[in-house]
Formats: sequence, structure tokens, C-alpha cells
Amino acid sequence: MTAYLLRRLAGLIVLVFGITVLIFLMIRLIPGDPATAILGQSASDPAVVERLRGQLGLNQPLFVQYVTWVKGVLTWDFGYSYNQQRAVSGLIAENIGPTIQLTVAALGLTVLFGLLFGVVTGLKRGSPLDTGIMGSALAAMSVPSFWLGSMLLVIFAVKLPIFDVVGGTGLRGLVLPALTLALGGVGFLARFVRSSVVDTARQKYVTTARAKGLSRRSVVLGHIVRNSLLPVLTVIGLQLGNLLAGTVIVETVFSRPGIGRLLVDAILKKDYLTVQAVVLLIAVVYAVVNAVVDISYPLLDPRVAAR
Amino acid sequence: MSAIEGTEPAAALGGGAGRAPGVSGEGRAARLRRALRHRSLMIGVVIVTVIVLLVLLAPVIASQDPIKQDAASTFLPPSGAHLFGTDSFGRDLFSRTLHGGLYTIGASLAIVLIGGFVGTLLGVVAGYFGGAVGFAVMRVVDLMLAFPGILLALAVAAIMGPGLDNGVIAVAIVLVPVYVRVVEGATVQVRNLPYVDAAANLGARPWQIVWRHILPNVRAPIVVLTTTWIGIAALWIAALGFLGLGVQPPTPEWGAILNDGQRYITIGWWMTVFPGIFLALFGVGVNLIGDGLRDELDPALT
Repeated sequence: MTAYLLRRLAGLIVLVFGITVLIFLMIRLIPGDPATAILGQSASDPAVVERLRGQLGLNQPLFVQYVTWVKGVLTWDFGYSYNQQRAVSGLIAENIGPTIQLTVAALGLTVLFGLLFGVVTGLKRGSPLDTGIMGSALAAMSVPSFWLGSMLLVIFAVKLPIFDVVGGTGLRGLVLPALTLALGGVGFLARFVRSSVVDTARQKYVTTARAKGLSRRSVVLGHIVRNSLLPVLTVIGLQLGNLLAGTVIVETVFSRPGIGRLLVDAILKKDYLTVQAVVLLIAVVYAVVNAVVDISYPLLDPRVAAR
Repeated sequence: MSAIEGTEPAAALGGGAGRAPGVSGEGRAARLRRALRHRSLMIGVVIVTVIVLLVLLAPVIASQDPIKQDAASTFLPPSGAHLFGTDSFGRDLFSRTLHGGLYTIGASLAIVLIGGFVGTLLGVVAGYFGGAVGFAVMRVVDLMLAFPGILLALAVAAIMGPGLDNGVIAVAIVLVPVYVRVVEGATVQVRNLPYVDAAANLGARPWQIVWRHILPNVRAPIVVLTTTWIGIAALWIAALGFLGLGVQPPTPEWGAILNDGQRYITIGWWMTVFPGIFLALFGVGVNLIGDGLRDELDPALT
């Protein structure tokens, strides 16, 4: 168990290191001089450009530049957004709250309805209910979230004024964005859970459980559902990353504050240091969540721990 | 889902050793008949065919200029003269929607062609030849797959700047590691089968083996992956357009049109509803085809 934990932890560290290298190189890949690119319109003053070049260590080897940058990141210093005239860390601190709120709400909806629909259809395979829900799941996955969000706005904010077109950060402003963000994930998860349930129901231990006369309830809950949920855990971890990335689009549709919208604005304004910081943040959270899911696996399934 | 499981999985992995990729004529006909019976596959094919035909025939069906502005007829709701209404510049939305499909669908095809080609090539190299190069390729792939896909596409788009070409490259780059992972896995599975050894011992060159013996066996996963990704690529390129990072005005592209629609959402619902229906239906249709092909070609993937 300890060895497993250590191995996973080492894997995570290597991965996060790789992510930081890739994101560090991102700024260096911008055509032209990085300092001029970062400064944008403020680059007209040669003295300012020179000062930033010094700060970034652009005259030093790439390796030294990387170390300088990582040192900053570790102390929560992502540089200065010349476009917004503020520290990037301040921008993130200001915008992260609404994004966490939205992501958690959407994850809750995804897990709740994904599991519910998946288990129901898996157990009732071939029924009209199964066909109906699975058809909707495919549609939910195929419909772009930005269109879905716009449609919800047309229906529930413009035609029927139940919600506001520009949502606030309160609970009422959360309903439509969370639904929009969750829907694709619900479809995906429901399909995955369904196939996992169907697979598990075919296992010999399920036949055994039935044969020895266990109640249907006990077979379904204790044997089928419980075992079919193990692989689902990994998928939920992956979904969290997609939800975080999806906030980029959903926050823009609903004009909600958040780091997703911060990222889009920063890309459009060529505010590269903000782009770098937000991409780094989301990627690292994604990597950590998936590692945590991996690590929690053997706690739930002793067979994995034994391997 | 896979109501029609049966003969194919074994043949897909090594069973078809000496045979040509297309198998025999009769086998293909039987397979085609079976595919025709697959309901979701057929529905998908019909939806996609109708949309593609409408888009290709846009110059004939939608005779109004999709980028011609008309200050006298802005924000007109749908009517006989403008089937889908007009936008903030008085442009005909029916025409914009049909012409716009060419950009969205064309871009998604370009994405899977570029990403699929590069990814398959690297996947075969990593899977068949392995070695230090293969190892390096796979580690980079691991790293790229550690990012949520759309985030990686946005990051690349941020570096390269807005525009359709850059958007296509950005999404294609995200697609490469997905292909590499799948093709590498499938290649490793067949690499050590006896018939591949036999071919090598008979003096076949590495690239002959790859072309004649490896690729036919990884074809099924590639076909399924490609179909699925045509849909995802269309959604992502439209998403970039929607965010203002893809196609630039006044070019009509579904995502870019929806961006306009979002801006005037309180004024005209038609600007959001119609282009979105096309995009959504295209996504649904392609996914139905992908699902059906997965059942038909590669039940092991489900």
C-alpha cells in the first residue's frame, strides 16, 4: 500500500513538473520577443521592455529562466498583467470563487444524474426507458454547451423571464450555468455507468449470488451496483477536468465572473501572463484530482492494493 | 448497444493474417447489409447526409449573399423573404447558416485529417519501432493528455492568435496524442503475432510490414476514432469561433454566427436557434455514426 502510494505520488510530481515545463515554454513560443509580447501596448517604452527582460531573465539560459519562473509560481507570484495593470495573482484570487462554485454545482449534478440514469438503464437494458434515456444522453453529449446555454437563456430568461440574462453570482444565477455545464457530463457518465453495470451483471459472482438465493435488492445493490461503480470513479475524476475547462465557455455565455472568462478575455487581449497562470492552475488541479482518484482506488478495491 | 455482436472482433486482431485488408467481396457485402440494419447508424448517416447536402448546395438553395449587409433590414424575424431572419447587419441568416456549415464541417475534416495522419504515423513509429524515440513520443503524449483537451486547444490558439487556420492547427494538435495512444496500443498488440514475424523472416521491409500487416489491423479503431472526432472537432472549432478565437468576421461559421446571436440574444432568438440546430444535429448525427461503427467494427472498444 505504501509503495503504491509513493509510486503514485512520484508519478504526480513528474507529471506536474512536465506540465510546468510545457506551460513555461508556451510563452517562449510566442513569435517575437517574449517581453514585448507580454507588455503588449505598454511595450512602446524601451526602458520598460528592458526592465521586464531583466525580470524574466531573458538574457540568461532557458533553464535559469525556468527556475526563476517556478520560484515565483511557488510563492503564488504569476507576474504582472500589463493589460489589466494588476498582479495576475490578484486577478485569479478575485475570480476563482465563482468558478469553484459553478464547478462543484455542476459536478454534483453530473454525478447525481449520471449515476442515476446509468444504473437505471443498465438494469433495465433494452426497455423503452433505456432507449429513451440513452438517446437523450447521446444528444446531451453532442450538443455544444455554448449553444445549450444560449438556448436556455432564450427560453428561461428572454421568453419566460424566470432568470436574468446576465446572471449574478447568487444561487439563482447559478442554476442555468450549472445545468449547462453539467449536461454533457451527465450524458457521458450515464453511458459509461450503464455499460459498466451491464458488464458487472454478467459476472459469475452475480450468478452465484442469485443462485444462493440472495434477494434481488441485495444482488443489485451489493453486487452489481457496488462493483460497477469502481471504474466509474476514474471517469468522474476526468469529468472534473472537463468541467473546469468547460467553465471557459459557460462563464462566457452567461457573462459570469470566473477564471474561465478571465482566460478567454486574456487570450483575446494577448495578456499572456494571465493566460499562462490560468492554464497552469487548471492543468495542475486536473492532474492532482486524477492522482487522488488513482490513490483512493485501492482503498475501495483491495484487489488493486494487492497488485 | 451492441445488439449485433459476432464475427468481427477475432478477425480484427490477427485473424485476417494473410488476407487483403478489404477481406472478400462477399464478406464486405454481408457486413454492409448488417450495417444497414443498425438503426442508430442509419439515422446518423441520414442526418449527416442531409446537412452536408444542404451545405454543399448552399450557393443554389440560399441565393442571398451571406456577407452582404443591408442597413434597411436588420433584426428581421423569420419570414418568407428571410427563412431564418436577418442579423444585426441585415444579413440573411438562412444563407449564412448554410454557407457557414462549409467552414465548420470543412475545418473539422481538416482537423481529423491532419491530427489523424500525424497521430497515426507517430503511433505506428512508437508502437512498432519503439526504442528511445518511441519512449520519448509516448511520454510527450502522456503529458499532453494530462491537459483537458479544450484547454490545450485554447492555449495553442492563444500562442498562435485567432483565425480559422490557427484554430484548425490548435485542435489538430490536441487530437494527435489521442491517435498516438490508440494506434500505439493496437500496434503493440499485433507487432508480436506470428504472421508479422513470418513476414519479417521472409524479408519484408519494416515499412512494408507496417503498411500491409500492421495498418490493416489498426484500421477499425482508427475509423471509430476518426468518426467520433469529426463531431468533437466541429464542436471545438465552433467553440473557438464562438469565443472569438476562430473564424473572424464577416466570414460565416456556425460558432461565429452563434457569437453574434449571443450578443443580441434579447433582440433576436432566431440568430441563436437556427445555426445552433444545424451544429447540434451535425454533432448528434456524427456521434450516432460513431456509435454504430464502434458496434460494427470494434465491439471490444465498447
